[in-house]
Amino acid sequence: MDTAAHPRELTRSRPSRGRLFSERTWTIFLFLLPTVVFLSIFVVWPIISSFRLSFFEWDGINPTKDPVGLENWSRLLHDGIFWKAFRNNLVVVSLSLLVQMPLGMGLAILLEQGEKLFVFKIFKTVYFFPMLMSSVAIGILFKYIYDPVFGIINPALETVGLDAWTRSWLGDTGVALYAVIAVICWQYTPFYMILFLAALRGIPEDLKDAALIDGATEPRYYRSIALPLMQGTLRTAMILSLIGSLKYFDLIWVMTEGGPSNASELMATYMYKKAFPSFEMGYGSAVASAMFIIVMVIAIVSQTLTRRFETEV
Amino acid sequence: MNTRKLANNTVLIAIGLVWLVVSGAPFYFMAMTGFKERFELFSGDVFAFPQNPTFTNYKEVLTGGSFFTYVQNSVLIVFVSVGLILVISSMAAYVFARMKFILNRPLFGLVIAGLVIPVHITLIPVYLFTRDIGLYDSLWALLGPYVAFNLPLSIFILTEFMRGIPREMEEAAYIDGAGPIRTFLRIMLPLSMPGLATLAIYNSVTLWNEFVFAFVLITSPKNQPLPLAIWEYQGQYSMNIPAILSVLTLSALPLVLIYIVGQEKVLRGMMAGALK
Repeated sequence: MDTAAHPRELTRSRPSRGRLFSERTWTIFLFLLPTVVFLSIFVVWPIISSFRLSFFEWDGINPTKDPVGLENWSRLLHDGIFWKAFRNNLVVVSLSLLVQMPLGMGLAILLEQGEKLFVFKIFKTVYFFPMLMSSVAIGILFKYIYDPVFGIINPALETVGLDAWTRSWLGDTGVALYAVIAVICWQYTPFYMILFLAALRGIPEDLKDAALIDGATEPRYYRSIALPLMQGTLRTAMILSLIGSLKYFDLIWVMTEGGPSNASELMATYMYKKAFPSFEMGYGSAVASAMFIIVMVIAIVSQTLTRRFETEV
Repeated sequence: MNTRKLANNTVLIAIGLVWLVVSGAPFYFMAMTGFKERFELFSGDVFAFPQNPTFTNYKEVLTGGSFFTYVQNSVLIVFVSVGLILVISSMAAYVFARMKFILNRPLFGLVIAGLVIPVHITLIPVYLFTRDIGLYDSLWALLGPYVAFNLPLSIFILTEFMRGIPREMEEAAYIDGAGPIRTFLRIMLPLSMPGLATLAIYNSVTLWNEFVFAFVLITSPKNQPLPLAIWEYQGQYSMNIPAILSVLTLSALPLVLIYIVGQEKVLRGMMAGALK
């Protein structure tokens, strides 16, 4: 670097002779290389490989794989459990959106309103706690909370006189899925709460003051001014919740393993069951590939749809 | 006016308390039960404070089993993965943010597509591949998937961050004769520190809690990271609920403590996926 005095001339004269590429080209290549290597080996190639495996029947051990053509895919189309899992995923998606968004927004408004009170510092701190635990730990914890004998839900219902509501929450085919979704909402609402709170705080103070001086009530301010200004954030939140719900695995696996009798089965848990405990690598790959297609299609559609409906602010 | 304000605040606090119970009660149940004796749960009121608070469960977890082995495994794999993620993603982000070339946009688009890909599509091939190269059932089997699946978001955030850094300093460096690599090391990296810190927190929390890959790639207890170990522990001691809940409490404790000390930083880190 002792040539620093004449940088322009040097850079101009260098690339033409002696070296094939400039330092800049090398930098682009070398700096992207690790990313490309990791993503190729652990993301791109496995996706291709899964699709390829879905045309075989294989137990994962035998050295030869049986090519079966489209058999796995036609089995999938007629597999009631897979479609049930898909429907369950849609239930998780809709309830997550319907519960987490309004609740997150309500809590964000609550925290903004109480900003000046000291207790709300404590409230905000505690409200976020659920996000700090792993899904596995939360799943185990709620397995005991729901437990009909040792849990706290049934005794709590009894103390308020709702004895008729007590049940084996995770063992009841009609309730298990909703019991798990309640936990999902409990876990993720704080995330949207903080996201919306940040968006609310991002709105310039003068805007609120002006609205209030002009006679708008607080609810009116949130509905007619804050909400439209938060469209971008709402969109991000909805897409995150949507895609997250389609990929859901950990919590359901820990709490019910998809049971009882597939009542809370999701695409991800079903895929895992087919691939690993039962070692149907071919069919498992078909389920995984179908799940991949569904998630990607919904992701693309929701991206374009929400973009279209978003108005300029 | 003042009475109205008082009434207002009372309502706010009342609502606030309701949600405090909803979000806090499970934690209370978890930590309290950990102090109970094994059979107290069968007789007493579940909400009640432990009759004779005992440290037996916590002590047993901390001294008896392999709790620290799991913590060590988790710390090790998280530390190495996050380090690699930060190095690799900052390099890629620099190229995406600053270098003009034909493939810039398409490649960046591909990386962003990685944000939505469900890990499940890769489970079978990654499992087979790991088995074939002899890494199955080792802690290091997790390194590849952990790095790869956290690169897209990290690259995305860092690229946005670097685009926001003014170009003047780089231009000055360029005039002084610094090449792209030197500019990256001396200027971009130091200026990107806040972004890197946020990502370090985000990725550490995500990986500390990761379950699926560990579940598929590791079986031996001595190689398991914490979430997997907790899951197995629960299967093993399903009858000793206070013991299990004390394990859960201890596993959640590090993050809760870090959060209480550096709340704003942790919040920003954990919201990295959604906030800019």
